Amino acid sequence: MRAANLFFLLLGVFALCVPLLGIYPVFMMKLLCFAMFACAYNLLLGFGGMLSFGHAAFFGSSAYATAWLATARGWDAAPAILAGVAASALVGLLVGLIAIRRRGIYFAMITLALAQLIYFVCLEAPFTGGENGLQGVPRGTVFGVLPLKSDVLLYYLVLAAFVAQYLFIRRVVHSPFGQVLKAIRDNEPRAISLGYDVNRYRLLAFVLSATLAGFAGSLKTIVLSFATLSDVQQAASGEVILMTLLGGMGTFFGPVAGAAVVVTLQEYLSEIVGGWVTVIIGAVFVACVLTFRRGIVGAMAAWRRSTPDG
Amino acid sequence: MTEIFGVPVAVILGQLMLGLVNGSFYAMLSLGLAVIFGLMGVVNFAHGAFYALGAFAALLSLQHLGINYWAALVLSPLLIGLLGIASERLLLRHIYQLEPLYGLLLTFGMALVIEGLLHQYFGASGQSYPVPSALRGVFNLGFMILPIYRAWVILVSMVVCFSVWYIIECTRLGGTLRAATENAPLLQAFGVNVPLLVAVTYGGGVALAALAGVLSAPVILVSPQMGSSLVIVVFAVVVIGGMGSILGAVVSGLSLGVIEGFTKVIYPEASNIVVFLIMALVLIVRPAGLFGKE
Repeated sequence: MRAANLFFLLLGVFALCVPLLGIYPVFMMKLLCFAMFACAYNLLLGFGGMLSFGHAAFFGSSAYATAWLATARGWDAAPAILAGVAASALVGLLVGLIAIRRRGIYFAMITLALAQLIYFVCLEAPFTGGENGLQGVPRGTVFGVLPLKSDVLLYYLVLAAFVAQYLFIRRVVHSPFGQVLKAIRDNEPRAISLGYDVNRYRLLAFVLSATLAGFAGSLKTIVLSFATLSDVQQAASGEVILMTLLGGMGTFFGPVAGAAVVVTLQEYLSEIVGGWVTVIIGAVFVACVLTFRRGIVGAMAAWRRSTPDG
Repeated sequence: MTEIFGVPVAVILGQLMLGLVNGSFYAMLSLGLAVIFGLMGVVNFAHGAFYALGAFAALLSLQHLGINYWAALVLSPLLIGLLGIASERLLLRHIYQLEPLYGLLLTFGMALVIEGLLHQYFGASGQSYPVPSALRGVFNLGFMILPIYRAWVILVSMVVCFSVWYIIECTRLGGTLRAATENAPLLQAFGVNVPLLVAVTYGGGVALAALAGVLSAPVILVSPQMGSSLVIVVFAVVVIGGMGSILGAVVSGLSLGVIEGFTKVIYPEASNIVVFLIMALVLIVRPAGLFGKE
């Protein structure tokens, strides 16, 4: 345990020092937003055992809602983010109500199809800017006081949001609700026989995960100043699955590690290999499923268990 | 008889015909998915990618080797089917003991690799494949104009769907296949080479997708992403029809194609999402799907 504590301490110091180390803050913010997205997704897949293939719908719908309110309506950042999160919660509730009627692979196909529906809405609705999306979203201010022009200030706010969400997810998983959710994942008939309203738990987990994914999407819009079709399309749903799988699903830190690897790869790999990125991501997917199902953090935990003194 | 809702009847019929053509593709693709799922318990996300590969195989063999449409109709599914068997032996067979979700994830990765490779070599823009000369022209039915090629697509897909149904329900091979679906270890104890059967079935399902790809090449632009959005629609079709039955896959594929075509006439904006809306509706009323048993 001591090694893990030391690791998190070092990581915390590193995160606080990022602006001093000369790392581009916008890149780190993007990474944190996708880490939040992956953590939200992991709540559903890792702890709820539900493979959603359409989580980009929630990430994207709140990204679009925030972008539209901030540009067309001139809302400030905080209310725009709140409204975006509310929008994704609502979309999550609607999709969840339909999707939880089936299990397993059907659940995956249904979420995929409904997410495609939302993608077409974003493509064709009159206020979403079609193929271009919504560009030039103003960053606004912190509650009307401090302007958010500075990357460094925004970075610390995003970092705070990330830490808050991370701790919140830990709290949820360790709560009685989270324990029941895990019980349903591991043995649904047994949970039913113990008297739990399984569908209510599954729906709540779905909406919670969608809402948190929406939070990540809203923040991403404020950070990068745009919401585009790439936020809602199927590829984004695939990426968040990859982040979770690669990092280790059902672990707390796994999705963060996975997101860090995938976002860094995309950022730097695309300069070197150009269009090969899709092929490489696909190959990593295949390799993960075949040989590395525990993911980075899961494999490390297993290794630590096998060497008790290490 | 000339207009309904202010739309000329000929236009409506034309769109319905187009819908039937699309429905034929949905039917063939969901049929392949259903056969693969029935035996292997794997939802083949790479189905759309194999469909695109089928079309590209036809296109490239025409451009570089001068292989004509009729030969491509046989050779391309054969080639892509072999590729399917190879990928089953190399990749898919390692995950049968795992949860079915891993099959979906693995084939999703395969789809990304295939589509990424096609994109890398042939770019994003579509290329057209000429309609074979014997199938050019139109039938004038009096009340509407029917392009011969479209009629051909519907005919071929009906014949193929019926043959697959016949093979699975009425032949010894189909009986073995259904036995493997029920209880593979027992069948193996009887001396049937089940792993071979599984590989060939996957190859067959993939070959169906490739055949749909060749058939569609002359009516759409051949591009790397032609399968990626189609496969999502086909998933919705499969959810609506229920994956258990062959008949369900064919009927729901065709009828959803027609409904989509009809939507294009009365409310074009919704034509992309109508299948998904119907899926949501079916799930609310009958969660097991129209033909599903649960």
